[in-house]
Amino acid sequence: MRSLFIMLSTGFIWLIACHKKDDLPLALATPAEEYAGGVNGTTFDFSENAFGEAVKGLNGDQEGYFVTGNSFFRTNWVSAPGSVNSVDGLGPIMNALSCGSCHFKDGRAKPPATSDEVLNGLLFRLSVPGMDAHGGPLGDPNYGGQLQDKAIQMVKAEAKVRVSYTSLAGTLLDGTYSLRNPVYVFEDLQYGPLAAGWMFSPRIAPQLPGLGLLELVPETDILAWADEQDANGDGISGRANYVWDAVAQQSKLGRFGWKANQPNLYQQTAGAFNGDLGITTPLFPQDHLTAVQQAAYSNVPNGGNPELEEVTLKKVVSYMQCLSVPARRNYNDPVVLRGKYLFSELKCAACHRSEMKTGNTGTIEALFAQHIFPYTDLLLHDMGPELADNRPDYLASGSEWRTPPLWGLGLIKTVNDHTFLLHDGRARNAEEAILWHGGEGAGSRDRYKRLNAEDRLALLQFLDSL
Amino acid sequence: MKHTIFSKLLLVGLLALGFTACKKDEPTTSPKKAVLENYVRIVFANYEDNYNAAKLLKDQIDLFVANPTATGLEACKQAWLTAREPYGQSEAFRFYGGPIDKKDGPEGLMNAWPIDENFIDYVQGGLDAGLINNVVQYPNITKQLLRDLNESFSEKSIFTGYHAIEFLLWGQDLSTTGPGARPYTDYVTGAGGTAGNQARRGQYLKVLGELLLDNLAEIRDAWAPGSAYRTEFLENTTVEVALGHLFTSLGALSKGELSGERMFVAIDTKDQENEHSCFSDNTINDIKDNFKGLKNVYFGTYTRTDGTVVSGESLASLAETSAKAKGDLVKTTFTEAEQNIFAIPAPFDQAILNSSDKILAAITSLRTLSDRFADVGLAVGAKF
Repeated sequence: MRSLFIMLSTGFIWLIACHKKDDLPLALATPAEEYAGGVNGTTFDFSENAFGEAVKGLNGDQEGYFVTGNSFFRTNWVSAPGSVNSVDGLGPIMNALSCGSCHFKDGRAKPPATSDEVLNGLLFRLSVPGMDAHGGPLGDPNYGGQLQDKAIQMVKAEAKVRVSYTSLAGTLLDGTYSLRNPVYVFEDLQYGPLAAGWMFSPRIAPQLPGLGLLELVPETDILAWADEQDANGDGISGRANYVWDAVAQQSKLGRFGWKANQPNLYQQTAGAFNGDLGITTPLFPQDHLTAVQQAAYSNVPNGGNPELEEVTLKKVVSYMQCLSVPARRNYNDPVVLRGKYLFSELKCAACHRSEMKTGNTGTIEALFAQHIFPYTDLLLHDMGPELADNRPDYLASGSEWRTPPLWGLGLIKTVNDHTFLLHDGRARNAEEAILWHGGEGAGSRDRYKRLNAEDRLALLQFLDSL
Repeated sequence: MKHTIFSKLLLVGLLALGFTACKKDEPTTSPKKAVLENYVRIVFANYEDNYNAAKLLKDQIDLFVANPTATGLEACKQAWLTAREPYGQSEAFRFYGGPIDKKDGPEGLMNAWPIDENFIDYVQGGLDAGLINNVVQYPNITKQLLRDLNESFSEKSIFTGYHAIEFLLWGQDLSTTGPGARPYTDYVTGAGGTAGNQARRGQYLKVLGELLLDNLAEIRDAWAPGSAYRTEFLENTTVEVALGHLFTSLGALSKGELSGERMFVAIDTKDQENEHSCFSDNTINDIKDNFKGLKNVYFGTYTRTDGTVVSGESLASLAETSAKAKGDLVKTTFTEAEQNIFAIPAPFDQAILNSSDKILAAITSLRTLSDRFADVGLAVGAKF
């Protein structure tokens, strides 16, 4: 029934567009763009499993890693000692029991609907003024670098966070809108006070398709897109984050995470196991406990040293690297092409860079030399006070964010049953996400607000086709 | 008896005549629609069996908790094992967002695995573990408490379902050769009792039985004649899409869940207890029942717990008429997979360590089977 309605409404829009489209410029559909993840990295599964399909061309071993990696991604970890040795060692404090509970079906989480709802896929980074030894954020002495709101039995969760919203009104060319601005209240702090000047940053779990492809975009290309001093004077000055690489033991280009604070998927994944689930790995062999927590829980059993072995961690990483990207839908529909034209005209594409090519590093040959359409430049941009978390993360300032890739955007509603966007899920849909843009994105936002209803819809239809 | 059947036939004949006379253009049921109608009958019968078997389990649990004896515990275990048989088969109705695993469906509440034993009861190395032994924080063990606790972890289940019951009946499997060996005295209050908080353990077990029954009733009712979902499935879903659901189930169970999640991961990690029913060592039967479920759906025949048979038009018969060569391949692969599965020596936790080649052979044939389901599905015009 719903799909019928969508079909009808799409047809309706198309008819309206037809009347005028002769005199409106459209973008061209390029033959390659349907394959958003390249020839190997694109799936035509548009069902609720759209984000969970493997890329084509994996060898037998890699197919096996995908199966096992997927299993460890979805499985609930249990507290130690458990009968299933390979999945015990949860906590003692954590944000979730599994990767898949936040990245449900490899998709995107949403913020709580009410202030009583438990967090599921939204977490809070914490820091105090200053930097750690590697130039990264300095964790709070009592709570560390991330707030864990869940705990195993007989252990206290760090705190509870209540999320509520105030509204923020604005005007479009032909109407008004109302955005919702999040307010966070931290309650039941169990390990003493937070330090003076403490800062927090809300982070929602994003969808995972195409991460392995983004990892192979050559660093030289990304750096070539940076325009730190805004030499071309377009008001947009992307810049690279440089972050600590715990394997290489040196500073490297940041690529992943909302502030590009992770250099690669291996470290990102090991970090998430450690910070989000309380699972130790060879890279991060200690549970993330502060001194006061160490003292209190020194006798809590662990699930082995490490709790997740290197060989399995690598399979989980390989699993994520091999997740393909859904193909574009309706990519050559005239309304979508009008939207694509506007996306470029409004300068959205200056940061949400449409196309690039992967290099040929690493071991997964299927990901090499793919012509991909991720709609990101993987660089940091100042998004103004509108979106600022006021918490620096390596070189990223309190108002800078990494351009998130837009591929898969239109299928979040199918996979995860919602359309919430931005780093904290405050935008209830793509239009609200556009309207939240500030700083370097303010120009695009204002141009969007001056569009007529038909063109706004065309742009949104384009985003929905990604 | 004969007479009655004859009268019924006559009546049916008359009715049919009546229909032909009045509504000449009324379309007769197409073979594809007949497949779906038979499927729905099988689904409902299987879910009824699930419920009835869980009811027997719950009755045994109630008897046992009221009067804990070795015989009573054994009767509970037998009832649990019996209840797993139809449930394992009913997993062939999953993976297309139906009532069992729609977004808020109860699958996780019933069959989540692995279960976090420490959250429930004592374990080796943690004799005070579990909410059974946490009287201060959880004074009363109720259905609502377990629901709230699941909710507080934003999880479907870490506290409930078949495997939580399994843990409370068998206990941890600390033996290399046999299943878990929880003594019945864990439920004996007063003299002779072991492990403390026996009454609370019994209460927990009873609540689990009730919750399982509630969830199974919900699923059974969702497929009952006249129910909203059944009507939606049969009347408001295009035949090709509904057929596609059947093939999605078959493909996802044989390749992703059964041969991948439940078999490949076990041998890949070589973790002896990384198996579906690790406390009771019943995993090999889980695998066989899942496989039986695949056959039920494909061949359109289900043998109920009481021995009666529900049977009719099937995907196999569709293939026979419109994609015979592909259908024949499915049949031979079924035979091959069956042989390979039955060649895995029990218990599965030992096979993980010592017979991974046999498990691998079964995995390979199940994966092939999945690909061949897809071939037939496309050939008969299913959309998936």
